[in-house]
Amino acid sequence: MLTLPQVAQLLPGQDNILSWVLQIVFLGIFVVFMFYGQRIQTYIMIREVETSLFKLKMMRDEGRKMAISAINEIGKPPADPTVQVDRFLEYFAITPVDLDPAGIIWRLEHLLDVQDVRFKNDVKLMAPQADETQLNNLENTLEAALMLNIIYKVIRHFYLLGKKTLSLYIIMQVQLILPLIMKEAEAFSSALKAFQLGQPIGDGAGALVAANLMRNYEKTKVEKDVVVATVPIEGRIAYVVKAEGPGGNVGKPGEAIKQIIEQNQGKISLAIVIDAAAKLEGEKTGEIAEGIGVAIGGPQVDKYKVEEIALKYKVPVNAIVIKEDVGDAVSPMRKEIFDAVEGVIERIKRLIRERTREGDFVIIAGIGNTIGIGQ
Amino acid sequence: MEAVASMTRRVSPFLLAILMITFVLSLVSIYAGIEAYARNDYSDGSLYLTMGATTLIISTYLWLQTRKRILRFGMGMEPLNTTMECQKCGFKNVREFQRGDYIFKHTDEQCPKCNEKTMTIGSIFREVSEKEKAKEAGYG
Repeated sequence: MLTLPQVAQLLPGQDNILSWVLQIVFLGIFVVFMFYGQRIQTYIMIREVETSLFKLKMMRDEGRKMAISAINEIGKPPADPTVQVDRFLEYFAITPVDLDPAGIIWRLEHLLDVQDVRFKNDVKLMAPQADETQLNNLENTLEAALMLNIIYKVIRHFYLLGKKTLSLYIIMQVQLILPLIMKEAEAFSSALKAFQLGQPIGDGAGALVAANLMRNYEKTKVEKDVVVATVPIEGRIAYVVKAEGPGGNVGKPGEAIKQIIEQNQGKISLAIVIDAAAKLEGEKTGEIAEGIGVAIGGPQVDKYKVEEIALKYKVPVNAIVIKEDVGDAVSPMRKEIFDAVEGVIERIKRLIRERTREGDFVIIAGIGNTIGIGQ
Repeated sequence: MEAVASMTRRVSPFLLAILMITFVLSLVSIYAGIEAYARNDYSDGSLYLTMGATTLIISTYLWLQTRKRILRFGMGMEPLNTTMECQKCGFKNVREFQRGDYIFKHTDEQCPKCNEKTMTIGSIFREVSEKEKAKEAGYG
C-alpha cells in the first residue's frame, strides 16, 4: 500500500507535511470532479433554474397584483375580487382530439368561442362597473397574468422534478430553453401595464394600418368584434377589415373575410392581409416584408377559414408583415412600428395597382390586437 | 416600476464546513508561497501562491453564492407619447400618455392655435434609445 509521502512524491512540491496535505487535497478535488462532475453540473444548472424561477415568481405575483388593482380601480367590485382572480389564474382549456383530425377546426372554434364567452362573463362579474372597452382591456390583463402563472408553474414543475431525481437531462431541458422562456415572460410582464392602461401594442400594427385606411369612412360591424369599411383606393373598391377598437380585441377576421367574399360571390380580385410578424435576430424592428398566404396568427381557425374560401373562389391572398420582436409585440407600440404604417399603405397601393384593374373589389384586412387603436 | 425581493436558500452545514476548510487551506498555501519566495525558492513559491489564490477565489465565490441575494425585477418602459393633431389647422402637440387615450380619439381639447375643439389623437408610441437599439442589433 502506498504511504502518504509516496503519494506526495507523485506531485511536485516540497517534502514536508504541508506540501503533502495540499497535494492530497488537490488530488482529492481532481478525483471528486472526475466521478461527481456531472452531479456538480446538475447542481449548478438547478441553481440557475432556481434563480430564473424566483424571477418568474416575482413576475407572476406582480401580474396578479396588477390585475387585482386594475379590477378594483376600474370595475369597482362590491367585494374583494382576489378569490375570483386566483380562480381565473388557474383556468385551463383542453384542446380537441387530433387523433381524427377531420373537423378539428370547427371543434377548436367552438371551444375558443366558449372560452371567450366564459372569460368575458367572468370579467364582467369581477368588474361590474367597467364599460365594454375596459372589460376587453381587463380581460387582456388577466390573460397576461394567466400566461405568467402557467409559465411559472411549468418551470417550477421541471425544477422540482430535476431536484428530486437529480437527473441532468431533466434539468437540462429547462435550462437550455430558459433564456427564451424568460424573454417571453418578460414580454408578458411588460404587456400587463399596457393592457391595464389600454395602450396600443406592437401586435396592433396590422389593425393600425386598417384603421388609417378606414378613417373618415363609414364603418359597419360584421361578425364578432370586427368592423368593415368600404374605401375607394386607386380607383378600386376596398373592403377594409379590422377588429373593433379601442378595447383589447382581435375579433374574428377570418369569418369577416369569408362573409365578404361570399357576399360578393367570390368576385374579389385580391385579398391583402397585414399583420405583425416575429423578426429574426439581426432584422430591424418595423421592417416591412411582402409575401403570399394568410398572415393571421393565433389558433389558426381564422387562417383556415380564409384559406378555404380563397381556394373555393380562387382569390389570390397576399400578405404584408411588419417585423418585430416577441417582446415588442405585447409591449407598448414602438415608434419604428408606428412609422412602418405609411410604408405598408404605400405597398398596399402598389399591389392594388399592379395586380388589379380599376373598378375591381379587393379586401384589406388588418390583423392583430386593436387595444388603444380606434377606427 | 421595479419589484425587489430577497432570495433565501438553506445552506448545508457540510458545505459550509468544506468551504471553511478550503478557505483556511488557501490561506495556509498563500503563507507557504510567501515563505518560499522569502527563501528564494521561486518554483515552489509560485506553485503555492497560484494554488492558494485560486482556491481562495473559488471558496470566496461559493461562500458569496450561499448568502441571501437581492433580486431586482424591473418592468421599466420608456414613456409613451401621445401626439394630438388639430383636424382643422394641422397643429401638433405631444404630451405624455394618459389613461383613456387611444389612436384616432376625438377629444374635447381646444386647439391652442385655432381655438377649435378639433384635437384628435394621431399617434401613441414609445421611443427606444439609440443605446438600446445598438444593443438589439448586437453588432456593428
